Amino acid sequence: MGVGIEVRGLNAWYGKNQSLNSIDMSVPANHVTAVIGPSGCGKSTFVRCLNRMHETIPDARAEGSVKVGEMDVYGSGSDPVDVRRRIGMVFQKPNPFPTMSIFDNVAAGLKLNGFRNRKQLNELVERSLKLAALWDEVKDNLHKKSGASLSGGQQQRLCIARALAVEPEVLLMDEPASALDPISTSKIEELIFQLKQHYTVVIVTHNMQQAARVAELTGFFLMGSLIEYDKTEKIFTTPADKRTEDYVTGRFG
Amino acid sequence: MPNSVLPSTSQAVSLWRRLTDWGATGFAILAAILVLAPLLAIFVYLVIKGVGSVNWAFLTQTPKPPGETGGGMANGIVGTGLILAVASLIGVPLGIGSGIYLAEYGRNRFGDVIRFTADVLNGVPSIVVGITVYSLIVIRQKHFSAFSGGVALGIMMIPTVARATEEMLLMVPNVIREAAYGLGIPRWRTTLSITLRTASAGVITGCMLAFARVAGETAPLLFTAFGNQFWNLKLNQPTAALSLQVYTYAISPYDDWHKQAWAGSLILILLIVGAVAAVRITTSRGMMKGS
Amino acid sequence: MRSRFQQGLDDLKERLLRMGGLAEQAIDRATEAYRTRDSKFCQMVLAGEGAINEAEREIDELALDLLAMQQPMAVDLRFILAIVKINADLERVGDQAVNIAQRVLDLISEPEIDLPVDIPRMADGVSTMVQRALESFLDGKAEVAEAVLQMDGIVDRMKDEAFVVLVQKMHEEPSCTRQALDVLLIARNLERIADHATNIAEDVIFWVRGADVRHGGAHYRE
Repeated sequence: MGVGIEVRGLNAWYGKNQSLNSIDMSVPANHVTAVIGPSGCGKSTFVRCLNRMHETIPDARAEGSVKVGEMDVYGSGSDPVDVRRRIGMVFQKPNPFPTMSIFDNVAAGLKLNGFRNRKQLNELVERSLKLAALWDEVKDNLHKKSGASLSGGQQQRLCIARALAVEPEVLLMDEPASALDPISTSKIEELIFQLKQHYTVVIVTHNMQQAARVAELTGFFLMGSLIEYDKTEKIFTTPADKRTEDYVTGRFG
Repeated sequence: MPNSVLPSTSQAVSLWRRLTDWGATGFAILAAILVLAPLLAIFVYLVIKGVGSVNWAFLTQTPKPPGETGGGMANGIVGTGLILAVASLIGVPLGIGSGIYLAEYGRNRFGDVIRFTADVLNGVPSIVVGITVYSLIVIRQKHFSAFSGGVALGIMMIPTVARATEEMLLMVPNVIREAAYGLGIPRWRTTLSITLRTASAGVITGCMLAFARVAGETAPLLFTAFGNQFWNLKLNQPTAALSLQVYTYAISPYDDWHKQAWAGSLILILLIVGAVAAVRITTSRGMMKGS
Repeated sequence: MRSRFQQGLDDLKERLLRMGGLAEQAIDRATEAYRTRDSKFCQMVLAGEGAINEAEREIDELALDLLAMQQPMAVDLRFILAIVKINADLERVGDQAVNIAQRVLDLISEPEIDLPVDIPRMADGVSTMVQRALESFLDGKAEVAEAVLQMDGIVDRMKDEAFVVLVQKMHEEPSCTRQALDVLLIARNLERIADHATNIAEDVIFWVRGADVRHGGAHYRE
């Protein structure tokens, strides 16, 4: 089951440049929340702060309060590795581990964290691949085919399965379908819709129609600030802020 | 629609273009031949000169005293193997370790210093390395040894392995590392099990290059392994090595020894090629190829 | 991309306003026909119906294309939705004008009777409503649209008064029942046109403010 995310006063910097200004946002559990905005508005930075990936970049830092369920992500006792185990991430360009088979790719997060039980691994891999709607297509070649030999859309679903295998509570997706063709995109969107039953999903997208199709809530970011955050229908039919309206109607960005 | 900016090609121009194309291709082929030719020439010459002297006795017997005919370089073959094993045990881990540091943690001033040092070490004459190891180890231990020979060769392996490892690790796209971090895999684990594994083909090639280079070195062994007429499998005793024996026999006045020197050279080349091939075959079996 | 879309929106607006002009013209001609008892005005209204229907078809098609091809959002989306609705209302206005013209043709064939109902005044009021509604659309002014909503009550009262008076007349002088009935129907057609003008005004408010003010309420999105 998913958990909600409470963000209060989140600030982030790349070196001296502030890229996020005191963001407050409540992401409800088991919903899909989209984050939209023009290039450079901070939407990717925001999402990467949720699972402490932001600080893996040299000279990057973040401050503020992010609570995922009961976990205080930036709390004093918090371990970034542990945070990332509980918050999964799928990236823009599918990035399966190149030298590993399909099975090993999905199991990587488990195996490399010490999980060894053969039978349970098999079960978890199957379950994850089924959740990612990829099982039927690869079940005969789990150990023979490498992760990189799949098509783009399949690779991305493989990455989703890999992220799900470690059983996170939240799934972050940074423009997951932007590198894919329309059919694969549609499959991924369908998948996202299904996933919200089990997980809380936050998706960054620059494609407004995609946000409109998959998300229940949408947040509009501009120059590091959260301008408007509301039900998706409201944002795309009667947005409250003029800047939001200018963006969604394509007048800029 | 015809392009009005570019002039339309006339017959003469397209003929000129085709000739240039053939010329460039021919030049490339010629260059390839020029590179391969010395290699083939050496090999063919070795075979011609040496194959006559390669026989069972050569491969299984130790050298006879000077003046007597017969005998072989069996102890040299084994000794070379022993010394190279020690060298690899030193050179490969230290080299890969340095390479990992330079690629993953050393993108800074300190890393630059290490890189520079590695490049300098690479250029140090092999005899200087030999003498250094002689004064550091051989004099302290008061005897020559296979171990010290291995140390000398191992030191020479380090820069090649380190630089190759660093290059190959840097070629692994950062998104792969990020994918691993995103799964909650700690950085050290990511480096070893994901990044290094992805780069492994290139790293192994680097190790092979280093191995092939030091396998034929003679000068560093002069003051370390020293050579031995007899069998020796102990690491702390002077040990025979093929390269040393080839050197000794080649400058000797004996005809029989000259012939054996050719045989020894041929065997040495074959051993190196064999070792590289063996590693290639065994490692490619366990590796998944990307599409 | 944006300029092509903007051109499409401008085109839609222009066509709708032109169609509005045709509808207003139909009302005016029908009114003139009633006042002058000249059948040529009736013929003009009947002949003009085809153009109005054609305009409706074209506007719907253009709107559909823009929705499919440009995926408009927010105010642009509301605008196109408003256009489609106003389109339908204007076509109905055209129909009502035709109905009035047919009633007038009937009246012309009957002997002229003096009836205590001021149809031209009612028609002027209704025509003003349609005009103002289209103005509010042209300028995107919700306040002007709101004024139109106020006027509907007046027209309703006029129709009710006419109804009472005409029923009384039919009762008193059964010989002029036919004419009275015609006038009654004309009054009702005019009242329907006023309703359509009100709809147009509500659609404009929806477009400009995002508020659904139909059926007497004001519904803003939460």
